[in-house]
Amino acid sequence: MIGLLARCGRGVRLTMAEIGYGTRFFLRLCALIPAALARPRLVIDQLHFIGNRSLSIILVSGLFVGFVLGLQGYYTLQRYGSAEALGLLVALSLVRELGPVVAALLFAGRAGTSLTAEVGLMKAGEQLVAMEMMAVDPVGRVLAPRFVAAIIAMPLLAALFSAVGILGGWGVGVVLIGVDDGSFWSQMQTGVDVFKDVGNGVVKSVVFGVICAFTALFVGYEAHPTPEGVARATTTTVVASSLAVLGFDFILTALMFGTT
Amino acid sequence: MSSPACESPFVSIDSVSFGYDAKPLLREVSITAPRGAVIALMGGSGSGKTTLLRLISGQLRPDAGRVMVEGQDVATLDRQSLYRFRRRTGMLFQFGALFTDLSVFDNVAFPLRENTDLPESMIRDLVLMKLEAVGLRGSAALMPAQISGGMARRVALARAMALDPPLLMYDEPFAGLDPISLGTIAHLIRSLNDALGATSIVVTHDVPETFAIADQVFLLGGGRVVASGTPADLRASGDPFVTQFLHGSRDGPVAFHQAAPPMASQLGFGGPPR
Repeated sequence: MIGLLARCGRGVRLTMAEIGYGTRFFLRLCALIPAALARPRLVIDQLHFIGNRSLSIILVSGLFVGFVLGLQGYYTLQRYGSAEALGLLVALSLVRELGPVVAALLFAGRAGTSLTAEVGLMKAGEQLVAMEMMAVDPVGRVLAPRFVAAIIAMPLLAALFSAVGILGGWGVGVVLIGVDDGSFWSQMQTGVDVFKDVGNGVVKSVVFGVICAFTALFVGYEAHPTPEGVARATTTTVVASSLAVLGFDFILTALMFGTT
Repeated sequence: MSSPACESPFVSIDSVSFGYDAKPLLREVSITAPRGAVIALMGGSGSGKTTLLRLISGQLRPDAGRVMVEGQDVATLDRQSLYRFRRRTGMLFQFGALFTDLSVFDNVAFPLRENTDLPESMIRDLVLMKLEAVGLRGSAALMPAQISGGMARRVALARAMALDPPLLMYDEPFAGLDPISLGTIAHLIRSLNDALGATSIVVTHDVPETFAIADQVFLLGGGRVVASGTPADLRASGDPFVTQFLHGSRDGPVAFHQAAPPMASQLGFGGPPR
């Protein structure tokens, strides 16, 4: 019994220590953002690597999600004779929810894993220690520019996801099914609020960018410097980022839209 | 081989003890490296050679004792002072640790760009001079994936000395190299040390190359310094550990078999298997 209690106590203590370490690491990374912004070349390189190379998967996924929304939305709305509200349904679904969340999940899978593997392999190849030995802080030189780039890239990718999704919904709803073109766009224009809907969606995607980037970089930085360690870290990044995004999405949705 | 330029200790390890997870690895180790000398730390795998290098460079802090470099206790330095100290050191890692996303040129330029305000034209000249010193000026545009292991080690050496540090540390610089590369690296360690007026600490278990370039050799075993002296002193030593290490003998104080239960009992003869 005492042994069980001791094990539980040790588990709680270690978990608290890990949370504390993670929090300190996050604050350190945040404190290094101004220094990273002062070297825009490093951030731009990473923006290209993280953002540009995620474009294809984000755009294609957004288009197909838009197709499906167009079909499913029309199926439901035409039952109530409101098929002309399809544009509003597609836009609100994407801007408020699906754009930020699905783009973040895709981002975690595409860019997050690549960040974790890159940082983990740099650690395994002693590149991070070598940097330390050259009096260069690897957190500031390697991690911070990637962190900033990911936070910038995430809302842009989410916006593109939503925009392409709306076009997909329009293609299916208006072009294929025959919903009125004017109603599709005017309902959307009237019903979507720039601050409450688009603005909150942007806030969500920034938060998800922070979550995905921090998880990927932290897990990579703390990975065991072995092939198995890097492989495990890469998997951890996807699982932890995805769960954190979904959890924070619920919290943010409750905070932002709870009263509307 | 040139003798040390000056006998005042540049690095002084004073009764240092260290262990990982309360398992002692080094016990009251004392080593002195005079300014301008090439010091070799030798010993079998797991004898704590690389750990000693990490203690000297401030990556680890000793459990007991002091590591003094140029009169300052490395373990007491805060982050800023440690980085100031590291700008005056160069380290060659076992496999080079080159930045794989940077070219050979940019790898050597890295410490200069990060730690100095020199104009790009001057950095270019310095990098080309460093690459010339290791014979790789013609490979400046190549990426690390395009060069051999021996060349990578030479590029890493050029990067380690980019800031002309007074202290150079080498972690297994000869590991996995062909005989020609091995001889080249050994020659470079000695000649660059003398040209820069630096102090070099080489962690290795490669006897012939090390003995050809080292001024002092410290042989580690069982967490302690088992023997030390010039290469000639060690060659003349009658100590069985030194003899076994230098000749690579299978039998001697270092047993071939690690501690294990009796073979017969493990195979199920003469008692229950354990």
